[in-house]
Amino acid sequence: MNYDNLIAKRVGKIKPSGIRRFFDLAATMDNVISLGVGEPDFSTPWSIRKEAIDVLERKKIVYTANSGMQQLRESIARYLERSIHTSYDPTHEIVVTVGGSEAIDIAIRAVVDPGDEVLVVEPAFVCYSPIVEMACGVPVPIQTKAENHFKLTADELREKITDKTKLLVLPYPNNPTGAIMTREDLEAIAEVLRGTDILVLSDEIYCEMTYGRKHCSIAEIDGMRERTILVNGFSKSYAMTGWRLGYVCAPAPLTTQIVKIHQYIIMSAPTVSQYAAIVALEECDAEVEHMIKEYNLRRRYLVEAFNRIGMTCFNPEGAFYVFPSIQCTGMTSEDFCEKLLEEEHVAVVPGNAFGECGEGFVRVSYAYSLKHLMTAVERITRFLERHGGKA
Amino acid sequence: MSDLLNLLKSNARLTNAQLADMLGKSEAEVASEIAALEQKGVIRGYTAIINEELTDNTEVEALIELRVTPKRDTGFDDIAKTIMLYDEVESVSLMSGKYDLALTVKGKSLKEVAMFVSQRLSAMDGVLATATSFVLKRYKEKNILIEEEERDERSMVW
Repeated sequence: MNYDNLIAKRVGKIKPSGIRRFFDLAATMDNVISLGVGEPDFSTPWSIRKEAIDVLERKKIVYTANSGMQQLRESIARYLERSIHTSYDPTHEIVVTVGGSEAIDIAIRAVVDPGDEVLVVEPAFVCYSPIVEMACGVPVPIQTKAENHFKLTADELREKITDKTKLLVLPYPNNPTGAIMTREDLEAIAEVLRGTDILVLSDEIYCEMTYGRKHCSIAEIDGMRERTILVNGFSKSYAMTGWRLGYVCAPAPLTTQIVKIHQYIIMSAPTVSQYAAIVALEECDAEVEHMIKEYNLRRRYLVEAFNRIGMTCFNPEGAFYVFPSIQCTGMTSEDFCEKLLEEEHVAVVPGNAFGECGEGFVRVSYAYSLKHLMTAVERITRFLERHGGKA
Repeated sequence: MSDLLNLLKSNARLTNAQLADMLGKSEAEVASEIAALEQKGVIRGYTAIINEELTDNTEVEALIELRVTPKRDTGFDDIAKTIMLYDEVESVSLMSGKYDLALTVKGKSLKEVAMFVSQRLSAMDGVLATATSFVLKRYKEKNILIEEEERDERSMVW
Protein backbone atom coordinates (compact mmCIF):
# COMPACT_ATOMS: atom_id res chain seq x y z
CA MET A 1 0.00 0.00 0.00
CA ASN A 2 1.15 3.49 -0.66
CA TYR A 3 0.58 4.96 2.76
CA ASP A 4 1.75 8.40 1.65
CA ASN A 5 -1.41 8.77 -0.39
CA LEU A 6 -3.55 7.59 2.47
CA ILE A 7 -2.26 9.81 5.25
CA ALA A 8 -4.26 13.01 5.71
CA LYS A 9 -2.22 15.75 4.04
CA ARG A 10 -2.47 18.22 6.85
CA VAL A 11 -1.17 15.59 9.27
CA GLY A 12 1.56 14.37 6.94
CA LYS A 13 3.08 17.81 6.69
CA ILE A 14 3.27 18.39 10.44
CA LYS A 15 6.90 18.34 11.51
CA PRO A 16 7.90 16.04 14.37
CA SER A 17 8.84 17.95 17.52
CA GLY A 18 12.37 19.36 17.46
CA ILE A 19 12.79 18.39 21.10
CA ARG A 20 12.00 14.80 20.27
CA ARG A 21 14.65 14.49 17.56
CA PHE A 22 17.30 15.76 19.89
CA PHE A 23 16.35 13.46 22.75
CA ASP A 24 16.52 10.45 20.45
CA LEU A 25 20.13 11.37 19.77
CA ALA A 26 20.87 11.75 23.50
CA ALA A 27 19.30 8.36 24.17
CA THR A 28 22.00 6.65 22.09
CA MET A 29 24.75 7.81 24.49
CA ASP A 30 25.92 6.66 27.89
CA ASN A 31 26.60 8.79 30.92
CA VAL A 32 24.52 11.68 29.63
CA ILE A 33 23.76 14.46 32.08
CA SER A 34 20.45 15.80 30.94
CA LEU A 35 19.14 19.28 31.51
CA GLY A 36 16.49 18.61 28.95
CA VAL A 37 13.44 17.34 30.74
CA GLY A 38 10.44 19.63 31.12
CA GLU A 39 8.82 18.00 34.11
CA PRO A 40 9.38 18.39 37.85
CA ASP A 41 11.99 16.18 39.50
CA PHE A 42 9.93 16.14 42.70
CA SER A 43 7.60 13.28 43.47
CA THR A 44 3.91 14.03 43.70
CA PRO A 45 3.28 15.12 47.33
CA TRP A 46 2.44 12.11 49.48
CA SER A 47 -1.01 13.27 50.58
CA ILE A 48 -2.07 13.34 46.91
CA ARG A 49 -0.72 9.85 46.26
CA LYS A 50 -2.30 8.54 49.44
CA GLU A 51 -5.68 9.86 48.37
CA ALA A 52 -5.35 8.00 45.06
CA ILE A 53 -4.47 4.78 46.90
CA ASP A 54 -7.45 5.20 49.24
CA VAL A 55 -9.77 5.89 46.34
CA LEU A 56 -8.58 2.77 44.54
CA GLU A 57 -9.31 0.74 47.65
CA ARG A 58 -12.69 2.24 48.49
CA LYS A 59 -14.43 3.38 45.36
CA LYS A 60 -15.58 2.12 42.05
CA ILE A 61 -13.51 3.86 39.43
CA VAL A 62 -16.24 4.88 37.03
CA TYR A 63 -16.57 7.73 34.51
CA THR A 64 -17.22 11.13 36.03
CA ALA A 65 -19.42 13.86 34.59
CA ASN A 66 -18.06 14.98 31.21
CA SER A 67 -16.73 18.24 32.57
CA GLY A 68 -15.24 16.54 35.60
CA MET A 69 -16.33 15.90 39.19
CA GLN A 70 -18.39 18.79 40.51
CA GLN A 71 -16.36 18.79 43.74
CA LEU A 72 -13.12 19.14 41.79
CA ARG A 73 -14.54 21.96 39.68
CA GLU A 74 -15.58 23.73 42.86
CA SER A 75 -12.04 23.35 44.22
CA ILE A 76 -10.65 24.73 40.97
CA ALA A 77 -13.01 27.69 41.16
CA ARG A 78 -11.88 28.46 44.72
CA TYR A 79 -8.25 28.10 43.69
CA LEU A 80 -8.68 30.57 40.81
CA GLU A 81 -10.48 32.95 43.12
CA ARG A 82 -7.58 33.01 45.55
CA SER A 83 -4.73 32.84 43.03
CA ILE A 84 -5.88 35.12 40.21
CA HIS A 85 -8.90 36.77 41.86
CA THR A 86 -11.17 35.68 39.03
CA SER A 87 -14.53 33.92 39.41
CA TYR A 88 -15.51 30.97 37.28
CA ASP A 89 -18.82 29.18 37.68
CA PRO A 90 -17.86 25.58 38.48
CA THR A 91 -20.97 24.19 36.84
CA HIS A 92 -20.79 25.98 33.50
CA GLU A 93 -17.37 27.50 33.01
CA ILE A 94 -14.81 24.83 33.95
CA VAL A 95 -13.97 21.63 32.06
CA VAL A 96 -11.51 19.10 33.52
CA THR A 97 -9.25 17.64 30.83
CA VAL A 98 -6.53 15.09 30.20
CA GLY A 99 -3.63 17.39 31.03
CA GLY A 100 -3.17 20.94 29.84
CA SER A 101 -2.49 19.43 26.41
CA GLU A 102 -6.04 18.31 25.82
CA ALA A 103 -7.28 21.63 27.15
CA ILE A 104 -5.22 23.46 24.52
CA ASP A 105 -6.40 21.14 21.77
CA ILE A 106 -10.12 21.34 22.45
CA ALA A 107 -10.00 25.07 23.11
CA ILE A 108 -8.36 25.71 19.75
CA ARG A 109 -10.67 23.33 17.91
CA ALA A 110 -13.72 24.92 19.46
CA VAL A 111 -12.95 28.36 18.05
CA VAL A 112 -10.81 28.00 14.92
CA ASP A 113 -12.48 27.81 11.51
CA PRO A 114 -10.51 26.97 8.34
CA GLY A 115 -8.43 29.99 7.37
CA ASP A 116 -8.61 31.67 10.77
CA GLU A 117 -5.31 33.11 11.90
CA VAL A 118 -3.99 32.19 15.32
CA LEU A 119 -1.21 34.34 16.74
CA VAL A 120 1.35 32.19 18.52
CA VAL A 121 3.83 33.98 20.75
CA GLU A 122 7.26 32.43 20.20
CA PRO A 123 9.50 30.96 21.51
CA ALA A 124 6.82 28.67 22.87
CA PHE A 125 6.02 25.11 23.76
CA VAL A 126 5.84 23.08 20.58
CA CYS A 127 2.19 22.04 20.48
CA TYR A 128 0.26 25.18 19.54
CA SER A 129 1.01 25.51 15.82
CA PRO A 130 0.48 21.81 14.95
CA ILE A 131 -2.85 21.86 16.79
CA VAL A 132 -3.90 24.99 14.90
CA GLU A 133 -2.89 23.33 11.63
CA MET A 134 -4.91 20.22 12.43
CA ALA A 135 -7.88 22.51 12.98
CA CYS A 136 -7.15 23.94 9.48
CA GLY A 137 -6.24 27.29 10.99
CA VAL A 138 -3.19 29.31 10.11
CA PRO A 139 -0.58 29.74 12.85
CA VAL A 140 1.05 33.18 12.73
CA PRO A 141 4.17 33.35 14.89
CA ILE A 142 4.91 36.50 16.85
CA GLN A 143 8.62 36.53 17.50
CA THR A 144 9.50 38.00 20.84
CA LYS A 145 12.97 39.33 21.52
CA ALA A 146 15.73 38.68 24.02
CA GLU A 147 16.15 42.44 24.55
CA ASN A 148 12.56 42.52 25.87
CA HIS A 149 13.23 39.43 27.98
CA PHE A 150 10.93 37.54 25.60
CA LYS A 151 7.82 39.35 26.74
CA LEU A 152 5.11 40.09 24.18
CA THR A 153 4.93 43.82 23.45
CA ALA A 154 1.87 45.73 22.28
CA ASP A 155 3.64 46.74 19.04
CA GLU A 156 4.60 43.19 18.16
CA LEU A 157 0.99 42.14 18.69
CA ARG A 158 -0.54 45.04 16.76
CA GLU A 159 1.71 44.35 13.77
CA LYS A 160 0.37 40.82 13.30
CA ILE A 161 -3.33 41.45 13.73
CA THR A 162 -5.39 41.16 10.53
CA ASP A 163 -9.11 40.86 9.93
CA LYS A 164 -8.62 37.09 9.97
CA THR A 165 -7.12 36.99 13.46
CA LYS A 166 -9.26 34.79 15.69
CA LEU A 167 -7.06 33.90 18.65
CA LEU A 168 -3.91 34.92 20.48
CA VAL A 169 -1.97 32.16 22.23
CA LEU A 170 -0.34 33.68 25.28
CA PRO A 171 1.95 31.17 27.03
CA TYR A 172 3.27 32.80 30.21
CA PRO A 173 5.13 31.96 32.45
CA ASN A 174 6.92 30.76 29.37
CA ASN A 175 8.40 27.46 28.36
CA PRO A 176 11.23 27.67 27.10
CA THR A 177 12.38 31.17 28.09
CA GLY A 178 11.21 31.48 31.71
CA ALA A 179 9.74 34.88 30.81
CA ILE A 180 6.69 36.19 32.62
CA MET A 181 4.19 38.94 31.85
CA THR A 182 3.58 41.37 34.69
CA ARG A 183 0.29 43.17 35.24
CA GLU A 184 1.69 46.24 33.44
CA ASP A 185 2.84 44.13 30.50
CA LEU A 186 -0.63 42.57 30.27
CA GLU A 187 -2.37 45.97 30.54
CA ALA A 188 -0.57 47.02 27.36
CA ILE A 189 -1.68 43.84 25.56
CA ALA A 190 -5.25 44.29 26.83
CA GLU A 191 -5.25 47.83 25.41
CA VAL A 192 -4.59 46.41 21.93
CA LEU A 193 -7.25 43.72 22.28
CA ARG A 194 -10.03 45.88 23.70
CA GLY A 195 -12.64 46.64 21.08
CA THR A 196 -11.57 43.69 18.89
CA ASP A 197 -13.18 40.24 18.76
CA ILE A 198 -9.89 38.47 19.29
CA LEU A 199 -9.89 35.68 21.84
CA VAL A 200 -6.93 34.83 24.08
CA LEU A 201 -5.78 31.32 24.92
CA SER A 202 -3.81 31.90 28.10
CA ASP A 203 -1.72 28.85 28.92
CA GLU A 204 -0.88 29.28 32.59
CA ILE A 205 0.39 25.80 33.38
CA TYR A 206 3.48 27.29 35.08
CA CYS A 207 1.48 29.83 37.10
CA GLU A 208 2.76 28.61 40.47
CA MET A 209 6.36 28.85 39.31
CA THR A 210 7.17 32.50 39.61
CA TYR A 211 9.99 33.92 41.64
CA GLY A 212 9.83 37.16 43.53
CA ARG A 213 6.32 38.09 42.45
CA LYS A 214 2.95 36.40 42.05
CA HIS A 215 1.63 35.34 38.67
CA CYS A 216 -0.90 37.66 37.05
CA SER A 217 -3.43 36.29 34.55
CA ILE A 218 -4.73 38.25 31.60
CA ALA A 219 -8.22 37.25 32.81
CA GLU A 220 -7.64 39.61 35.76
CA ILE A 221 -7.27 42.64 33.49
CA ASP A 222 -10.34 44.80 32.87
CA GLY A 223 -12.48 43.53 30.02
CA MET A 224 -10.28 40.49 29.33
CA ARG A 225 -12.11 37.69 31.16
CA GLU A 226 -14.87 37.65 28.55
CA ARG A 227 -12.36 36.87 25.78
CA THR A 228 -9.98 34.63 27.72
CA ILE A 229 -9.79 30.86 27.52
CA LEU A 230 -7.71 29.93 30.53
CA VAL A 231 -5.73 26.69 30.43
CA ASN A 232 -4.08 25.24 33.50
CA GLY A 233 -3.31 21.88 35.06
CA PHE A 234 -1.74 19.89 37.85
CA SER A 235 1.38 18.58 36.09
CA LYS A 236 3.85 21.30 36.95
CA SER A 237 2.47 22.94 40.10
CA TYR A 238 1.89 19.69 41.96
CA ALA A 239 4.47 17.50 40.19
CA MET A 240 1.67 15.39 38.71
CA THR A 241 2.74 15.05 35.07
CA GLY A 242 1.87 11.36 34.72
CA TRP A 243 -1.56 11.83 36.29
CA ARG A 244 -2.66 13.62 33.11
CA LEU A 245 -4.99 16.22 34.52
CA GLY A 246 -5.67 19.78 33.47
CA TYR A 247 -8.57 22.12 32.96
CA VAL A 248 -9.92 24.84 30.77
CA CYS A 249 -12.02 27.79 31.96
CA ALA A 250 -13.93 30.22 29.79
CA PRO A 251 -17.28 32.01 29.56
CA ALA A 252 -20.14 29.49 29.29
CA PRO A 253 -20.89 30.01 25.56
CA LEU A 254 -17.34 28.82 24.86
CA THR A 255 -17.16 25.95 27.38
CA THR A 256 -20.50 24.62 26.07
CA GLN A 257 -18.77 24.01 22.75
CA ILE A 258 -15.44 22.94 24.26
CA VAL A 259 -17.12 20.28 26.39
CA LYS A 260 -18.84 18.90 23.29
CA ILE A 261 -15.47 17.99 21.77
CA HIS A 262 -14.27 16.67 25.11
CA GLN A 263 -17.27 14.38 25.57
CA TYR A 264 -16.83 12.78 22.15
CA ILE A 265 -13.08 12.24 22.24
CA ILE A 266 -12.39 11.68 25.96
CA MET A 267 -15.69 11.28 27.83
CA SER A 268 -14.10 12.20 31.15
CA ALA A 269 -10.63 12.78 32.54
CA PRO A 270 -9.04 10.00 34.68
CA THR A 271 -11.21 9.50 37.75
CA VAL A 272 -8.48 8.58 40.25
CA SER A 273 -6.53 11.65 39.23
CA GLN A 274 -9.58 13.84 39.74
CA TYR A 275 -10.02 12.67 43.33
CA ALA A 276 -6.32 13.21 43.99
CA ALA A 277 -6.42 16.68 42.42
CA ILE A 278 -8.96 17.83 45.00
CA VAL A 279 -6.40 17.06 47.71
CA ALA A 280 -3.76 18.90 45.70
CA LEU A 281 -5.86 22.06 45.54
CA GLU A 282 -7.18 21.91 49.09
CA GLU A 283 -4.20 20.67 51.10
CA CYS A 284 -0.91 21.09 49.30
CA ASP A 285 -0.04 24.80 49.40
CA ALA A 286 2.91 24.12 51.73
CA GLU A 287 4.34 21.42 49.46
CA VAL A 288 4.08 23.74 46.46
CA GLU A 289 5.80 26.50 48.37
CA HIS A 290 8.62 24.14 49.28
CA MET A 291 9.15 23.12 45.66
CA ILE A 292 9.15 26.72 44.46
CA LYS A 293 11.75 27.65 47.05
CA GLU A 294 13.97 24.85 45.87
CA TYR A 295 13.53 25.79 42.19
CA ASN A 296 14.44 29.35 43.05
CA LEU A 297 17.82 28.35 44.54
CA ARG A 298 18.64 26.37 41.44
CA ARG A 299 17.44 29.15 39.17
CA ARG A 300 19.68 31.75 40.79
CA TYR A 301 22.62 29.37 40.73
CA LEU A 302 22.25 28.70 36.99
CA VAL A 303 21.65 32.31 35.96
CA GLU A 304 24.83 33.39 37.77
CA ALA A 305 26.81 30.46 36.42
CA PHE A 306 25.80 31.02 32.79
CA ASN A 307 26.39 34.75 32.89
CA ARG A 308 29.81 34.13 34.42
CA ILE A 309 30.97 31.83 31.63
CA GLY A 310 29.70 34.06 28.84
CA MET A 311 26.36 32.42 28.05
CA THR A 312 24.44 35.56 28.87
CA CYS A 313 20.90 35.22 30.09
CA PHE A 314 18.29 37.57 31.49
CA ASN A 315 16.74 36.89 34.87
CA PRO A 316 13.89 34.47 34.09
CA GLU A 317 11.14 34.99 36.64
CA GLY A 318 8.96 32.01 35.81
CA ALA A 319 8.64 28.30 34.93
CA PHE A 320 11.74 26.15 35.50
CA TYR A 321 13.90 27.05 32.54
CA VAL A 322 16.72 29.40 31.80
CA PHE A 323 17.32 30.41 28.20
CA PRO A 324 20.96 31.47 27.83
CA SER A 325 22.47 32.86 24.63
CA ILE A 326 25.16 30.83 22.91
CA GLN A 327 26.29 33.71 20.71
CA CYS A 328 29.81 33.70 22.20
CA THR A 329 30.46 30.32 20.59
CA GLY A 330 29.44 31.42 17.10
CA MET A 331 27.53 28.15 16.68
CA THR A 332 23.92 27.57 15.72
CA SER A 333 21.70 26.21 18.47
CA GLU A 334 21.62 22.76 16.93
CA ASP A 335 25.41 22.65 16.44
CA PHE A 336 25.95 23.76 19.99
CA CYS A 337 23.63 21.12 21.39
CA GLU A 338 25.05 18.33 19.26
CA LYS A 339 28.65 19.22 20.10
CA LEU A 340 27.89 19.64 23.78
CA LEU A 341 26.26 16.24 23.77
CA GLU A 342 29.12 14.59 21.89
CA GLU A 343 31.98 16.23 23.76
CA GLU A 344 30.66 16.61 27.28
CA HIS A 345 27.59 14.37 27.30
CA VAL A 346 25.30 17.15 28.47
CA ALA A 347 21.86 17.41 26.91
CA VAL A 348 20.16 20.78 26.55
CA VAL A 349 17.49 21.65 23.99
CA PRO A 350 18.20 23.92 21.00
CA GLY A 351 16.21 27.14 21.23
CA ASN A 352 15.00 26.97 17.65
CA ALA A 353 12.92 23.89 18.56
CA PHE A 354 10.54 26.47 20.08
CA GLY A 355 10.32 28.78 17.08
CA GLU A 356 12.77 30.54 14.78
CA CYS A 357 13.44 33.37 17.19
CA GLY A 358 14.83 30.83 19.64
CA GLU A 359 17.86 30.44 17.37
CA GLY A 360 21.02 31.45 19.19
CA PHE A 361 19.70 30.21 22.52
CA VAL A 362 19.34 26.92 24.37
CA ARG A 363 16.75 25.78 26.87
CA VAL A 364 18.15 24.57 30.15
CA SER A 365 15.76 22.98 32.62
CA TYR A 366 16.43 23.23 36.33
CA ALA A 367 14.03 20.49 37.29
CA TYR A 368 17.11 18.67 38.56
CA SER A 369 18.92 18.39 41.89
CA LEU A 370 21.58 20.99 42.68
CA LYS A 371 24.20 18.26 42.63
CA HIS A 372 23.18 17.32 39.11
CA LEU A 373 23.15 20.97 38.00
CA MET A 374 26.63 21.54 39.41
CA THR A 375 28.09 18.62 37.49
CA ALA A 376 26.44 19.91 34.32
CA VAL A 377 27.77 23.43 34.85
CA GLU A 378 31.28 22.04 35.31
CA ARG A 379 31.03 20.24 32.00
CA ILE A 380 29.50 23.19 30.16
CA THR A 381 32.23 25.46 31.54
CA ARG A 382 34.86 23.11 30.11
CA PHE A 383 33.05 23.09 26.80
CA LEU A 384 32.91 26.88 26.68
CA GLU A 385 36.64 27.11 27.42
CA ARG A 386 37.27 25.23 24.20
CA HIS A 387 34.63 27.04 22.17
CA GLY A 388 35.01 30.75 22.72
CA GLY A 389 33.36 31.46 26.06
CA LYS A 390 35.06 33.72 28.56
CA ALA A 391 35.39 30.96 31.14
CA MET B 1 15.05 28.20 59.26
CA SER B 2 16.98 30.39 56.85
CA ASP B 3 17.64 29.27 53.28
CA LEU B 4 21.34 29.38 54.07
CA LEU B 5 21.00 26.87 56.91
CA ASN B 6 18.77 24.63 54.82
CA LEU B 7 21.35 24.57 52.05
CA LEU B 8 24.18 23.77 54.44
CA LYS B 9 22.08 21.04 55.99
CA SER B 10 21.60 19.45 52.60
CA ASN B 11 25.25 19.83 51.63
CA ALA B 12 27.79 21.45 53.94
CA ARG B 13 30.44 21.41 51.24
CA LEU B 14 28.80 24.02 49.03
CA THR B 15 31.33 26.78 48.55
CA ASN B 16 30.58 30.32 49.62
CA ALA B 17 30.54 31.28 45.94
CA GLN B 18 27.91 28.64 45.14
CA LEU B 19 25.84 29.60 48.16
CA ALA B 20 26.07 33.24 47.16
CA ASP B 21 24.73 32.47 43.66
CA MET B 22 21.85 30.42 45.00
CA LEU B 23 20.84 32.96 47.61
CA GLY B 24 21.32 36.06 45.47
CA LYS B 25 23.94 37.43 47.86
CA SER B 26 27.64 38.27 47.62
CA GLU B 27 30.32 35.83 48.62
CA ALA B 28 31.44 38.16 51.41
CA GLU B 29 27.91 38.38 52.83
CA VAL B 30 27.63 34.59 52.89
CA ALA B 31 31.03 34.24 54.53
CA SER B 32 30.15 36.67 57.30
CA GLU B 33 26.71 35.12 57.86
CA ILE B 34 28.27 31.68 58.27
CA ALA B 35 30.93 33.07 60.59
CA ALA B 36 28.22 34.69 62.70
CA LEU B 37 26.19 31.45 62.82
CA GLU B 38 29.26 29.53 63.95
CA GLN B 39 30.13 32.17 66.51
CA LYS B 40 26.63 32.18 67.98
CA GLY B 41 26.72 28.40 68.14
CA VAL B 42 23.83 27.95 65.71
CA ILE B 43 26.09 25.85 63.52
CA ARG B 44 27.73 23.30 65.80
CA GLY B 45 29.76 21.38 63.28
CA TYR B 46 30.00 19.79 59.85
CA THR B 47 30.11 16.05 59.25
CA ALA B 48 29.94 13.57 56.41
CA ILE B 49 27.24 10.99 55.84
CA ILE B 50 28.97 7.69 55.25
CA ASN B 51 27.83 4.28 54.11
CA GLU B 52 29.73 2.34 56.75
CA GLU B 53 29.14 -0.90 54.88
CA LEU B 54 31.66 0.24 52.30
CA THR B 55 34.34 1.05 54.87
CA ASP B 56 36.38 -1.28 57.04
CA ASN B 57 34.47 -0.10 60.09
CA THR B 58 32.93 -3.11 61.83
CA GLU B 59 31.45 -1.21 64.78
CA VAL B 60 27.88 -1.87 65.82
CA GLU B 61 25.34 0.75 66.71
CA ALA B 62 22.37 0.57 69.04
CA LEU B 63 19.40 2.72 69.91
CA ILE B 64 18.82 2.75 73.62
CA GLU B 65 15.63 3.89 75.28
CA LEU B 66 16.06 5.00 78.86
CA ARG B 67 13.47 5.60 81.52
CA VAL B 68 14.87 7.81 84.27
CA THR B 69 13.71 9.67 87.36
CA PRO B 70 14.06 13.41 86.85
CA LYS B 71 15.78 15.41 89.59
CA ARG B 72 13.86 17.98 91.56
CA ASP B 73 15.65 21.13 90.32
CA THR B 74 17.39 20.15 87.13
CA GLY B 75 14.90 17.68 85.64
CA PHE B 76 16.52 15.43 83.05
CA ASP B 77 19.48 17.70 82.31
CA ASP B 78 21.84 16.31 84.97
CA ILE B 79 21.55 12.72 83.97
CA ALA B 80 21.64 13.56 80.25
CA LYS B 81 24.82 15.53 80.79
CA THR B 82 26.45 12.68 82.66
CA ILE B 83 25.54 10.22 79.92
CA MET B 84 26.92 12.57 77.27
CA LEU B 85 30.37 12.29 78.82
CA TYR B 86 30.83 8.72 77.57
CA ASP B 87 32.60 8.55 74.20
CA GLU B 88 30.52 5.51 73.29
CA VAL B 89 27.40 7.67 73.31
CA GLU B 90 26.93 9.40 69.95
CA SER B 91 23.66 11.17 70.60
CA VAL B 92 21.35 11.90 73.50
CA SER B 93 17.83 13.29 73.13
CA LEU B 94 15.05 13.96 75.60
CA MET B 95 11.86 12.38 74.31
CA SER B 96 8.14 12.65 74.84
CA GLY B 97 6.25 9.39 75.14
CA LYS B 98 6.91 6.11 76.87
CA TYR B 99 10.54 6.68 77.68
CA ASP B 100 12.62 9.72 78.52
CA LEU B 101 16.03 9.62 76.88
CA ALA B 102 17.00 8.17 73.51
CA LEU B 103 20.67 7.39 72.96
CA THR B 104 22.68 6.06 70.10
CA VAL B 105 25.67 4.10 71.26
CA LYS B 106 28.52 2.64 69.25
CA GLY B 107 30.84 -0.20 70.16
CA LYS B 108 33.17 -2.77 68.66
CA SER B 109 30.72 -5.64 69.16
CA LEU B 110 27.23 -6.45 70.35
CA LYS B 111 28.74 -7.67 73.56
CA GLU B 112 30.66 -4.47 74.16
CA VAL B 113 27.55 -2.37 73.73
CA ALA B 114 25.49 -4.71 75.90
CA MET B 115 28.11 -4.53 78.63
CA PHE B 116 28.19 -0.76 78.39
CA VAL B 117 24.44 -0.63 78.88
CA SER B 118 24.33 -3.04 81.78
CA GLN B 119 27.43 -1.86 83.61
CA ARG B 120 27.43 1.87 82.96
CA LEU B 121 23.93 3.03 82.09
CA SER B 122 21.75 0.71 84.17
CA ALA B 123 23.97 1.26 87.15
CA MET B 124 23.49 5.03 87.12
CA ASP B 125 21.42 6.67 89.81
CA GLY B 126 17.96 7.51 88.54
CA VAL B 127 17.95 5.05 85.62
CA LEU B 128 14.80 2.96 85.95
CA ALA B 129 14.88 0.85 82.80
CA THR B 130 16.72 0.45 79.51
CA ALA B 131 15.77 -1.11 76.18
CA THR B 132 18.47 -1.79 73.61
CA SER B 133 17.84 -2.25 69.89
CA PHE B 134 20.71 -2.84 67.48
CA VAL B 135 20.80 -1.13 64.12
CA LEU B 136 20.86 -3.74 61.39
CA LYS B 137 20.83 -1.58 58.31
CA ARG B 138 20.71 2.09 57.52
CA TYR B 139 18.51 3.12 54.61
CA LYS B 140 18.41 6.88 54.83
CA GLU B 141 20.14 9.44 56.98
CA LYS B 142 19.69 13.22 57.04
CA ASN B 143 17.53 12.90 53.96
CA ILE B 144 20.25 11.10 52.03
CA LEU B 145 19.81 7.56 50.73
CA ILE B 146 22.60 5.38 52.05
CA GLU B 147 22.76 2.62 49.47
CA GLU B 148 21.01 3.52 46.27
CA GLU B 149 21.43 6.58 44.15
CA GLU B 150 18.10 8.14 43.36
CA ARG B 151 17.37 7.28 39.77
CA ASP B 152 15.80 9.69 37.34
CA GLU B 153 12.77 7.84 36.03
CA ARG B 154 11.72 10.58 33.69
CA SER B 155 12.10 9.76 30.05
CA MET B 156 13.28 12.57 27.86
CA VAL B 157 9.98 13.30 26.23
CA TRP B 158 9.26 16.96 26.86
